[in-house]
Formats: sequence, C-alpha cells, structure tokens
Amino acid sequence: MTSAAPPAIECRGITKRFGHVLANDAVDLVVHRGSIHGVIGENGAGKSTLMAILHGFYPADSGEILVDGRKVSIDDSADAARLGIEMVHQHFMLVEPFRVVENVMLGAEGGALLKHGEAEARAALKRLAEEYGLAVDPDARVEDLPVGARQRVEILKALYRGAEVLILDEPTGVLTPQEADDLFRVLRALRDEGKAIILITHKLREVMAVTDRVSVMRGGKMVAHRETSETSAAELGELMIGRRPAAAQRPAPSAPGPEILAVEDLRVRDNAGVERVRGVSLALHAGEILGIAGVAGNGQTELLEAVSGMRAPESGTVRLRGEPITGLDAAALRRLGLAHVPEDRLRHGLIPEFEACESAILGYHGDPAWRRFLGLVSGRKVEAHAARLMRENDVRPALPRLRSSLFSGGNQQKLILAREMEREPDVLLVGQPTRGVDIGGIEAIHERLRGWRRAGKAVLLVSVELDEILALSDRILVIFDGRIVGELPGGAADERRLGLLMAGAAA
Amino acid sequence: MEATLDLVVPILAATLRVAAPLILAALAGLFAERSGVVDVGLEGKMLFAAFAAAATAAVTGSAWAGLGAAILASSALALIHAFACVTLRGSQVVSGMAINVLAAGLSATLALAWFRQGGQTPPLTGAARFAPIPLPGAEWIAEVPLLGRLLVGVVGGHAMPVYVAFALVPLAAFVLWRTRFGLRLRACGENPGAVDAAGVSVARLRYAGVLIAGVLCGIAGAAISTAQGAQFSPEMTAGRGFIALAALIVANWKPWPVLWTCLGFGLLDAVAIRLQGVPVPGLGVPFPVQAIQALPYVLTVILLAGFVGRATAPRAAGVPYVKER
Repeated sequence: MTSAAPPAIECRGITKRFGHVLANDAVDLVVHRGSIHGVIGENGAGKSTLMAILHGFYPADSGEILVDGRKVSIDDSADAARLGIEMVHQHFMLVEPFRVVENVMLGAEGGALLKHGEAEARAALKRLAEEYGLAVDPDARVEDLPVGARQRVEILKALYRGAEVLILDEPTGVLTPQEADDLFRVLRALRDEGKAIILITHKLREVMAVTDRVSVMRGGKMVAHRETSETSAAELGELMIGRRPAAAQRPAPSAPGPEILAVEDLRVRDNAGVERVRGVSLALHAGEILGIAGVAGNGQTELLEAVSGMRAPESGTVRLRGEPITGLDAAALRRLGLAHVPEDRLRHGLIPEFEACESAILGYHGDPAWRRFLGLVSGRKVEAHAARLMRENDVRPALPRLRSSLFSGGNQQKLILAREMEREPDVLLVGQPTRGVDIGGIEAIHERLRGWRRAGKAVLLVSVELDEILALSDRILVIFDGRIVGELPGGAADERRLGLLMAGAAA
Repeated sequence: MEATLDLVVPILAATLRVAAPLILAALAGLFAERSGVVDVGLEGKMLFAAFAAAATAAVTGSAWAGLGAAILASSALALIHAFACVTLRGSQVVSGMAINVLAAGLSATLALAWFRQGGQTPPLTGAARFAPIPLPGAEWIAEVPLLGRLLVGVVGGHAMPVYVAFALVPLAAFVLWRTRFGLRLRACGENPGAVDAAGVSVARLRYAGVLIAGVLCGIAGAAISTAQGAQFSPEMTAGRGFIALAALIVANWKPWPVLWTCLGFGLLDAVAIRLQGVPVPGLGVPFPVQAIQALPYVLTVILLAGFVGRATAPRAAGVPYVKER
C-alpha cells in the first residue's frame, strides 16, 4: 500500500527526557490518511509521551513533526486542534454535569453567545450520528451516560472540531466487549472517510483486529513498523517485550493443601447501589495462587473489597479456616491472618504524603514493637523497621524518611507487599499488584508472590492483566458481570477460551 | 388595612435594602467558585471596599469616587487571592482567610491613622452618599390603592447599589448560562482538564472569575458604607460575607436561588430590626435584642446543616489546576 500524498503525520527523531529517564529516544513514526495505525508497547514504553508531544501537552527536546508534509510546531492543544489533531484521552476530558451538546461545543462555541453555536452543534451531532453511527442524545447529561457513550462524546467532540488525525489512548480499557466492537466499527467508518487514526494500546488482539499498520515501542525506542496483514500477534508480542512471552514462566503444578478461605454466595453492592457481585462462591487452598481474571468493572474490585473487610457484603458468607469472618473490618482480619494488598495503591495501599517508614507500618501502627512510654510511637524504631524491610525487599531508594509518593510505582508496591507479608498471614489478597509498575518491578513482585506460594501460603490474585494471571495462577476463575463464569487450570489454560469467557461470550 | 401596610411596607423595604449587599457578595462568590476558586475572603473584600468607599467619599465628597475606590480596593485583594490560588496554586481557604484578617486590620488601622476618630471615617452627607432614588411618577402611582403604596414604598426609594444588585441577578444568569465565557467558566469549576484539553487557558478564566468577584464585593462594600450607612466603622460588615457564602451554598451555586435565599436572610434581618424594643406579648418585657440579631446566623447554621448534604458544589472548586504529567 503506497500513497502519493504526504503522510498525515510524520515524526522524525523525537526525543524527550524526563530527568534521567529517556522517555522517547529518536522516535520515528509515519501515519497515513485513510488508515488505522496501532502504536503498541508495554506500560512505560513511551507511547503516551509520544502522543502527548503530538497533542502539544509538552514539547519534544529534539526532533521534528510534519503534518501533511509541512514542518509544524505544536506548543499546546490549541495548536494541535488547528492542525486537525485531536485526542481521545484514556481518562475522558468531559465536564460531567454538562449536557452532551455543551461538552461538544466547549472551546469551539462559534461566537460570544451560545445560542447560534448550540444550534450548529446540534445539527453537526445529528449529521455525525448518521454518518458514523455515533448516536448520543445531545441533551443527556454526561454523568448519566455509560462509559461507552461517554467515549462516543469524546469522539464527537474531536470530529466537531474538524479532526483529521484522531489519537485514541487505550480506548478499550474501560469498555465491555460489545462497546469495543461498536468503537471499532466507528473507527473503520472514519478511516474510510480518509481520516488518520492512531490507536494506542497494549492489547494485541485489538491491534490484529482493527489496524492497518502497527508500530511497536519498547523502552522509549521505536523498534519495528509492520503491515498488520504481514505480522502476527506472536511476533508483535515478542517485539513488545523483546523476548519470547511468558509461556515458559507458567507455574509448575502445585499440590494444594487444605481449604483455607471459602466464599459462599457473596453478593455486594457498590456505592451507587448497583449489585456488582452477584452470588460468587470460591475456595482458596493453602499453597496455591488463585487468579481472578476479568475485564475491569465486572465486579472483581467489589469482591476484593468485600472479602478484605473494606466493604460490607449484601449477603453471603466468608470463612477463614472454617470460621465465619463476614463483615469483620480490615484490622480484625489482619489479626486473624488475612492481609490485603489493595488495588488502588495510592488511595488504599499507602498515604502518598507520608514518609515511607510511616506508610510501612500502616494498619500495624498499634504494634507494641514500636511503642514507647505512654503508648507513643517511637520514630526511631519505626525508621529502623522500615530500613530493614526496604533492605530485605530491595526497595529503592532505601530511604525510610523519603515521602512515599516519590518512590516509583514498583518500589511503592514492593514496600506494601513487604508490610503485608511481614506478619506471615495465611491468606494474602492481592489486587492489580503490578498496575503502573515497570517491567523489572513486575518480575520482582511476581517472584515474591511465587515464593509465598512455595512457602505454603495462599494468594487470591485479582488482575485485569491476562498475562499476569497466566504467569502466576495455579487455578483461574473468570469473573464476568459479577458472576464466576468459568474455571480453568492455570498451567495449561487455553488463552482463547479464557478470552471468550472474559468477554462473556462462552459459558 | 392601612395599619397592616404601615407595618409591612417598611419591613419589606428594609428587606430589599439589607439583602442587596448579600446578593452582590453571593454573586461574587458564585463567579469565583464557578471558576473553581473557593472564596472565603468575601467578607474581607467587602470590608476593605466599605472602608475605601467611605474614606474616599469623605475626602472627595463624591459617592461615585467612593464607589470607584471601593471597586479598586476590593479588586486589588481579589488579585492577591487569584495570584495565590491560581498562579502559586496555594490553599484557597488559607488565602481567603488571610485576606479577611488583612482587611480587618488594615481598614481599622488606616482609618485610625488618617481620620483619628477611633477607627471610623467622618460621617458622610449630601453627595458623599448614595441618596434614595424615588420611583419615577411616584405621586401618581401612590394613588393606586394597595399596589401603589407597595410599589412606591417597597420597590422605590432605594439607593443606586440596591438596584444594581437586583439587576445583576438576571445578568449573572445570562452570562453564566448563555455565553461562551459562562460555559467555559463553569467548565473550569467542574473539570479544568477538559477546558485545557479544548485549548482554552484555565488560569485566565480563573483570574477572570476571581476578579469579577472583586468588583462585585467592591460594589457591596460601597453599598454598606455609603448607601445603607453613612460612614465606615471597624468590622461593619459583621459577617455578611460569610452569610453570603452560606446563601451561595443553600442556593446551590445558581443566581436565581441566590436571590431568593438572600431575600430570605434579608427579611429575617428586617424583622429583627423591627422587633427591637417591641415587648413580647403577654410578658411585657422587650424582645432580647441580641437574640433577634443572632437569628440570621442561627438560620445560617440550620440551613447549612440541613442543606449542605444536598448541595453540589462545583467539583473542581478548591483544587488548584495542575496539568497532568
């Protein structure tokens, strides 16, 4: 496929440095009109940095950008908009209490008074809905819309502004499979209209399904460009992580011990009163890692919260060594030997503003080991304790007095794991242990969890990363729409079947 | 009939008069907080403006010069607030409280130093005050039974700032909900990231919101010292800035409800003034003045306790905007 017209976007030698981290290292990228171009890579590979530069969020240190063959400088998102480059952010940039039409108009109101512009936006919304199947009620409030519809509003916003190049950052992370299919249909329609679409993702399935070309980033470098028809998911996966993927690392079969944690017919509602967990039962044995796989938002968060004592279940029982523990709070559960590494590290795992040594005793701050006279806490003992934990668990930098937020995601997580494992609980609940963690950190954390299992302890692992589930679990339960829809053995799990189960497509 | 009117007309007239500065201050808070900047410094800005208006009017003999000075003085404080909150991304509550403390001290000290009357400014007379403006054609309208007297007595006869306050309510509603500026300002208070992503400057909008608050507090201050009153005395705003803040919350950050809420507070105040010295029926002792004067504040506490749960503040209010990554 060759085109005589200059490419819609051409990046030449884009380099961007944050402190001592080289986020983009002489990156080249060519994107043509009328094509869907995948940019793939692992977390931290530099995809988002490159797109932020294209969208004017910050300037590149060096390199140049050409739009339709002309060299341009993109200093802010207004510049990008003038050049027809629009972005659909991973976290939607929508004003939730506003109506759809107001969101679409914002920044492109077409005059000091809204009346005229609103009529224009309405007409455009109607036209775009017919042209691309992007139907959204212009008078609905964004906060009342489901995620898929919100994303359509983002796309409509971009198109209303005259987008010729549309960048989508991990657009399917929050979508149900059905919504993702709708999105792909829209993207194909836009491509056929001659738009250039850049799809940032780390999901190979999507890349193979929807893109025309694909560029692979790794460690800040662009490592390969491929026509999608001439490559395979296996090759792309290898290019992405720079070695053969995890198959070899799957756990050896274990001989699980006695049942230690049992969940029976658990039902949990979220804050909005929606039933998120709809009758889940499971059993966790000593010496095994039980993985809960599923697309984000299918109830795994609420399941974990209910079992760990953060949220009261609607009904059902949880038993630890046969004793009912339903409804006990997190502190009581910790004393009984059930520890929890929460999904949201920065909100529930530690306190970002606290020093690392303070975060290292959260939940165990009443321990007499660092008590002084009158029940005061001894800063010196706490610091010494944190220093030892950091040394033993390779938390870097090993500075107990450094603010928790200044550690990298991987090191924060290592510190939390160390804190929770220190008391040798029989059961460890772990949510998204490697979200936002670099590759080196992922390996270290996985190794800790495997070691824990070898020591005869039980781990309940909730993760939306399929690779992580496959790399760690002895058994895999698939959660979909609040129910367990399938169980697979970990060592020899059929990835395709797992994918279908997660998508709710197989019983 | 006549007796009832004799009682009701002055109370209603007083209601409008005391509600006016509250409306101005609450609308000031509305613009600032809709842009995403919490403004607890309404009180301080009003107080400083009241001093600037009275001092300037005393020296120049012109109420209009006083109004100009009040707007400038209040806007200067607003600029400090905007600089601290938007440019330096400091704590908005701390900055607001600092402005309150600064204004209370500075106004009393300057008044003492310049006029040597125990912190007060000299009494204002003639053109140095905003005089009541009678309703055009009042003599004829008054002839109309009932309605005529209400119109002349309640609606007519107020000073200029009172009419400005009431005119600003529909204007604020129009600006915030019907103009591009209003859409962007409100978006800034809900999700500044969306405004930024649309290529519009969040900082500029927030400066605009806070400065509009400065101008409105300036008018409110001038109304207190040169229209309602006839001089400045220390602490003369007496917590009206905080009542305005309470009204803003009860009114759910919307202009028309702000009007009704402020009128409600105004009515209470007017009744309290009227009841002073009136004996309690059957007891023969007068209503305790302090208890009556405390009523608006008590109502504030009750309303806030009952309404805050239901009120939905602009989501990004109070949060400095930092570009992501």
